[in-house]
Amino acid sequence: MIDLLARDLLFVTGKGGVGKTTVAAVIGMLAAERGQKVLVCETDPKGDLAALYECGPTGFTPLEVSPGVFAMSMDTEASLREYLKLNLRVPTVGRIGPVAKAFDFVATAAPGVREILTVGKLCYEVRERTYDLVVVDASPTGHILGELAAPVGINELVRVGAVRSQTQWMLDILSDPARTGVVLVATPEEMPVREAVELAGRLGAETGVALAGVVANRVLPELFARSEEAAFEALSAPARTRDLAGALDSGGRDGLAGVLEAARLALRIRRGGAAHLRTLRDGIAPEVPLVILPYLFGRSTGRRAVRQLAEALAEELGE
Amino acid sequence: MSPPPSDLRRLLAAKQVVIACGPGGVGKTTTAAALGAALAASEEWRVLVLTVDPARRLADALGLGTLGNDARRVPLDQLGGSDRPRGELWAAMLDTKQSWDHLVERHAPDRASAQRILANPLYRNITGRFAGSHEYIAMERLYELHGEGRYDLLVVDTPPSRDALDFLDAPERMAEFFGSRLLRWLVAPSRSRLVELASRPFYQVADRILGTQFLEDVAEFFLLFQAMYDGFVTRARGVSALLRDRATTFMVVTTLEHAPAQEALRLADELARRNLELGLVVANKTLPDLFDGPAVEVADELRARARPLAEALAAGLPQRDAAGPLADPTTVTRVLEEIGQSFRDYRRVAAREAELLARLSAAHLVAVTVPHLARDVSDLPALGEVGRWLLGEAGVAPA
Repeated sequence: MIDLLARDLLFVTGKGGVGKTTVAAVIGMLAAERGQKVLVCETDPKGDLAALYECGPTGFTPLEVSPGVFAMSMDTEASLREYLKLNLRVPTVGRIGPVAKAFDFVATAAPGVREILTVGKLCYEVRERTYDLVVVDASPTGHILGELAAPVGINELVRVGAVRSQTQWMLDILSDPARTGVVLVATPEEMPVREAVELAGRLGAETGVALAGVVANRVLPELFARSEEAAFEALSAPARTRDLAGALDSGGRDGLAGVLEAARLALRIRRGGAAHLRTLRDGIAPEVPLVILPYLFGRSTGRRAVRQLAEALAEELGE
Repeated sequence: MSPPPSDLRRLLAAKQVVIACGPGGVGKTTTAAALGAALAASEEWRVLVLTVDPARRLADALGLGTLGNDARRVPLDQLGGSDRPRGELWAAMLDTKQSWDHLVERHAPDRASAQRILANPLYRNITGRFAGSHEYIAMERLYELHGEGRYDLLVVDTPPSRDALDFLDAPERMAEFFGSRLLRWLVAPSRSRLVELASRPFYQVADRILGTQFLEDVAEFFLLFQAMYDGFVTRARGVSALLRDRATTFMVVTTLEHAPAQEALRLADELARRNLELGLVVANKTLPDLFDGPAVEVADELRARARPLAEALAAGLPQRDAAGPLADPTTVTRVLEEIGQSFRDYRRVAAREAELLARLSAAHLVAVTVPHLARDVSDLPALGEVGRWLLGEAGVAPA
């Protein structure tokens, strides 16, 4: 896992709602703090990345939002325009409108065409070496296979034409585990874990992209060590609760009962999560590192949250 | 915060369709299933829950172990309500592939055309990946089930998509797609096309990017598909009408986390803008009402005076517990500190939840809260419990 940040291109995926964008932002922040120049790209621009970095809206042109961190959001039409300009020398901003519209149509019909514009743009940034690391806040688990398999698919479907000759270099980048990897995010809940485990099983075979690591996000802290848990249980005996309530200056028995009930709730939530966490660990290959990021009881968006999680990630990765 | 039970019951008594929507990861599927189960148990209705992608154990609990569009009857005797179940609960899972095949078979002009479409290698790719394909099929199934008229109430889960309301536009987008002029032009006879095409910028670009052969493949596929155009348009209109029907209502499910709640507010706005009825907002997996009152001071004291409290406790232990887990003040100190700290942490979460709930209420959204239950909601008793919360008929918050 130590070399997670040493790769060139990381795709961060997971079930919807698990914090993909947060994890991408955190990886970007940590890599930049360690001296790298990082591009973080939101492929489904909802503005979450801007909220995390507390910057203005992100666009297709990367902006430095924090020292060493450049943020952008994907726009397939802009990507097409750039592609045409760079590769086919098709000029004219004026004519791109109808062309893009027509292209949009074919892209809707033809599997992988839209995806290749996204993946192609990202691979292009890697090839040009403008950045040390490109972190992609990628599609959720349901769509990521199609996205990453797009170059393979296009290669098979399109026998001739510029695209075919253009896909090989992308495949070279994507299939090199030293350069490219997927970071799979899951929260300790049933469905996110199930989707992560399923994707981990299919990723290599269907896309040729390696699984670089798994992030368990929003993991609640362990409340008690084993001996402490026994003490907590003993405390719940009515006589002991009464003793403790008697020793309190405040609140009395009702207040204490509420606090103990809250602690039992916290324990229960934590235990439920721990079971799912074990399923996650057991469901991915032992050589794939599992990194744990804590649940934030405070605000979960904004720079402060990102920095807090970046510190936690640094600890997990080691120096 | 729950409205009087009669309100929601009265609202739903006039409905035939409830559509659950919301951001990912909030428990939408479970909530839809729980609502259906609770209503089937307490009303003399035949209720169908149409789920899209249930967790495996929930699917098992509903008897949906195997994929397929067929509805199955779910026994209600395990729901754990106080009364004998009055209605019937049915459950079905959306099988996108099977539904598409079914659609092709129905709309294709003849058997041979249907076979050619089903055999086309592009067909699977397109039906599997077309933006909005799942959404389209979900609405298509809803329309079909509603038309069959076998159920009193349909509770429908919606597919996880980029935009939680994609399914609203999916039928029209699909009809537009198959009816577009561009498509007609694309599938025009190749010979005449080649002559005029060479001069068009799109063709030049497309040819250079994709190659002519590929475009021809696409064209052939759409030529087959276009025969079904009229069928698509008719259905799309029917679906739109059903969504706007007075017998249809929407249920937005969210958690009281910042991003999902924000998204729920946006969904509510969007539904209003489209003149669609938002019948119910569900705030799911909330913390129970534990983090106020005298407990707050106690928690603070446990943190501040953990050591003396632990010592007092140890000193007062009866003889037989003298070697027990409470005998060591150091351990107990840590436990008391942890309990106090944990209370403080969760209190922050509870405060954030209260603020977000207030924001939902300020937007005039009736919010029903369903607390974090003791276990995963993956069996019928748990489903029944969630259902009773939804209807505002649950007892006290479970400890």
